[in-house]
Amino acid sequence: MNPTLVIAELKADGSLHPMSLETLAAAQSLEAPVAIAVLGPHAPAAAVRLAGYRAAKICVLDHPLLANYTADGYTAALDWLIQHLDAGLVLFPHTYQVRDYAPKLATRCGCALVSDVTAIRAESGALLLRRQLFQGKLNGEYRPSPGTVFASLQAGAWRADSLIPGSTEIETLAPPLSVADIRQQSEAPFRESARAVDLSAAPLIVAVGRGIKEESNLELARELAQALNAELAASRPICDNGWLPMERQVGSSGQTVAPKLYLALGISGAIQHLVGMKGSQCIVAINKDPGAPIFEVADYGIAGDLFDVVPALIEELRKARA
Amino acid sequence: MKILVALKQVPARDSQFRPASDGRWIETGGLSYEINEPDAYALETGLRLKEQHGGEVVVLCAGPEGAASAIREALAKGADRAIHLVEENLLAHDSLSLARLLAAAIQQESPDLVLTGLQSDDIGAGQTGVILAELLGLPHATIIMEIEVQSGAVRVKRELEDGWFQHVTLPLPALLTIQSGSAKLRYATLMGIKKAKTKEIKPVSAAALGISAVPGAILERLSIPERSKQTVLLEGSPEQQAAQLVEKLKHEARVL
Repeated sequence: MNPTLVIAELKADGSLHPMSLETLAAAQSLEAPVAIAVLGPHAPAAAVRLAGYRAAKICVLDHPLLANYTADGYTAALDWLIQHLDAGLVLFPHTYQVRDYAPKLATRCGCALVSDVTAIRAESGALLLRRQLFQGKLNGEYRPSPGTVFASLQAGAWRADSLIPGSTEIETLAPPLSVADIRQQSEAPFRESARAVDLSAAPLIVAVGRGIKEESNLELARELAQALNAELAASRPICDNGWLPMERQVGSSGQTVAPKLYLALGISGAIQHLVGMKGSQCIVAINKDPGAPIFEVADYGIAGDLFDVVPALIEELRKARA
Repeated sequence: MKILVALKQVPARDSQFRPASDGRWIETGGLSYEINEPDAYALETGLRLKEQHGGEVVVLCAGPEGAASAIREALAKGADRAIHLVEENLLAHDSLSLARLLAAAIQQESPDLVLTGLQSDDIGAGQTGVILAELLGLPHATIIMEIEVQSGAVRVKRELEDGWFQHVTLPLPALLTIQSGSAKLRYATLMGIKKAKTKEIKPVSAAALGISAVPGAILERLSIPERSKQTVLLEGSPEQQAAQLVEKLKHEARVL
């Protein structure tokens, strides 16, 4: 049986990206033997950590040209490894980095990539992959054509705590790369500014999304936050518009929070937002679209106009306090 | 600089979506369509680059006859001309198969820079740009916030996860996928709309490019997601809903 290849990703500081373990858990739940690939200068240390989980082998791809991530370098190295192992299934964590190179890699192998997959099931020998469409409003099931199947897996869709322990051998391989393969010149990653607000420490959060419509309407959300003694946060479009500073953004490109109460106003619940807040203890969604994906994760939902509901809610909270 | 912007027309993002009876796509009756918002940012970026550095912005759109309205809008906003890759059945393609078509059309133009949005609001695979780069043999970078044009190269600021960024330099020609929200979108002016009527839209058929649809992954069934969590929906007037919510947050969830 052709092996399943898991591409483990490391964070900028060299630690294992938590989604790498979720991806390994997905691979372990399937029948084929599992190989794990780790790239870059921190790969040997990460491989030692990965060796504590059950797999057939860990391949450390070692080459000076993999010192910094580049789409060209990773594509060339992994294309070589996929051929070398004759992988039947290649699984990636659906990170920003994977989005940057995995479609290129699959194309080089002449295969289709199914991205942001939330479930995999086998049906008479074939794999069926589920992913979301229309910003999470619908699910779609994909049947890949025969050949190597490429899939990137959504954050949180598999659980790392279901990993099977083991003791896996580590093999170091040198992919044949040349300077001419790599056209991007990457500089060191940086952060814009120190964060003044630590949303992750806030016990109560009121978050606003596109449904707030205009900057002046933010006052209503601020009043609600005050009435609750909560921090104000937002989904990406609000911060992109400059209505709130970037540091108040919750989601994959902003902060990850898990407060006692997360009250989402006019947030539809794109997956990029959900990954940043779905661990909250209690989620309340107020949105006029009853089909909005935010209701999937909400404990309490009000399908209504936030401009009617929020003033009533502020009034009610003031009454309760008095 | 010759800039090619690949854009797609999608159903309006606040539409209600229902699977069609065969489950292969959605019910399309009554839907209105718009330029895929991430692609609108790619267009905006292209128009700004042209304003700063001169050159030409060419729009490429694959889709049925109806996609002409998205093309007209792009021309009205300031694109110089357009190529309409007429394909009535986009669903016969996956990202790779459609990118093959787009790549064949782009090759005939030899642009200095190809821009696309990060992903589409309908299928959302987020792959078309990166696949195009591979098919065209171009260096690429994704999730781009800023572009600095240098001699024969671009230095771009790309977004990483968790509030991190990185600068990357690429030789031209190159392909970039643009982060949404990176610039404020312009509206078409009345003058722009008038001018657009005289601009060229070149129709190209898939058959003329000699490429047929061979999808590597087929969408078999669309469904409405099942709720993983039991959401308590609060009913009544806004006042009643507010009162119930405060009551539940205090005494049931105990978070207040």
